[in-house]
Amino acid sequence: MIRLLFTIVTGVVLGAIVHLVSVLALPRIASQDAYSRLTPTTKLNAVTQLLPADPSYTLMPYMDPAFAVAVCRYDLSGGPLKLTVPVSQAYTSVSFYTRNEVAYYAINDRSAGKKVIELDLMTEAQHNELPEDEDVTAADRLIIDSPSTTGLIVMKALAPEPGLMVQAQATLAASSCKIPAEQLAKTTEAPPSPPPAAKR
Amino acid sequence: MRLIFITLLALLVAAVVGLGTTWMTTTRGTELGTLTIGAWTARPRTGTADVDPYSRATITRNGELPIGTGDGVAFTATTDDGRRPLDGRCDVVVSGVTPAARFWTLTLYDNKGHLVANSMQRYGFTSQEIVRGADGAFEIRIASRSRAGNWLPTGGIERYALMLRLYDTPVGVATRTQRDAPMPSIATVGCP
Repeated sequence: MIRLLFTIVTGVVLGAIVHLVSVLALPRIASQDAYSRLTPTTKLNAVTQLLPADPSYTLMPYMDPAFAVAVCRYDLSGGPLKLTVPVSQAYTSVSFYTRNEVAYYAINDRSAGKKVIELDLMTEAQHNELPEDEDVTAADRLIIDSPSTTGLIVMKALAPEPGLMVQAQATLAASSCKIPAEQLAKTTEAPPSPPPAAKR
Repeated sequence: MRLIFITLLALLVAAVVGLGTTWMTTTRGTELGTLTIGAWTARPRTGTADVDPYSRATITRNGELPIGTGDGVAFTATTDDGRRPLDGRCDVVVSGVTPAARFWTLTLYDNKGHLVANSMQRYGFTSQEIVRGADGAFEIRIASRSRAGNWLPTGGIERYALMLRLYDTPVGVATRTQRDAPMPSIATVGCP
């Protein structure tokens, strides 16, 4: 009898460990998270508009039907990303998520304070590599540090009335999210330079 | 023989207890970091980098994108003020005022988080399209059949959830009570 009780107590203690490990591991092993759901239909380092939320739309739960939504799935391994989102008449916001859907930063049109939300997204390492004297660019462009190399940027524009949805979508269609061409050139030029070093 | 049996039993109990509690906490949610005002519940911390592990597990499991703190905050209600589950066959009235925010939206979802089909293609209201009284207060009627004023159709489903999202609002991690955030009341006024 005591042995059975001991067995059950051991089981419960082990169960608590299983519970903690599974909760902490879930974000890493979940295969149906928002990033994975968006991967087949969105382009990398480019803006993709999502279909407006309606009952047939089941890609992600709890989408706000009053918003036009566009997504930029990013990968910063090629260099920092430049994001430009024009501000719509009603309300516009930009939210940043890591690969595991941690919302690490969000900004709306009023806190951006301009007609266009302009941001530079980079990893912490890329931020540290920035030349110190570039405070001119830092002054008018907001720099955001991404905790992960990959992630999601979600741009939303409110349609206060259903009739304004077309307008909200048009605003997001004018937004851009890309790694500037000169940086891409740098990274593509980079591979030819190591071979001479290797010969020596 | 006995040792094997005991070990297997212990491992079985561990698996059932461990995975069972994980399933329970990720489907039903926990009380960690919740802000409850009346029938409304919000988890302001899910929109920040210091989100608790249970909310993180729930978010990735459901495939949702939480609303970021710099964007707004989302309140959910699955019952009325009297703790009675929201029933799509009954008439439910959401009335009163909302906390300070530049915009808000009220949306009706089924228990999987999907919108409910209806012939009017009305899935919710925004703060701008709502019809208000002279004092600025509003009244939304949630029912399966058409009603006068601000009518939100339920499609007659048995259980649903209401989500009130406040955009560009001071309500957030620091909010504690009804006084900081006066939430509208939810009342079931009649069932057929």
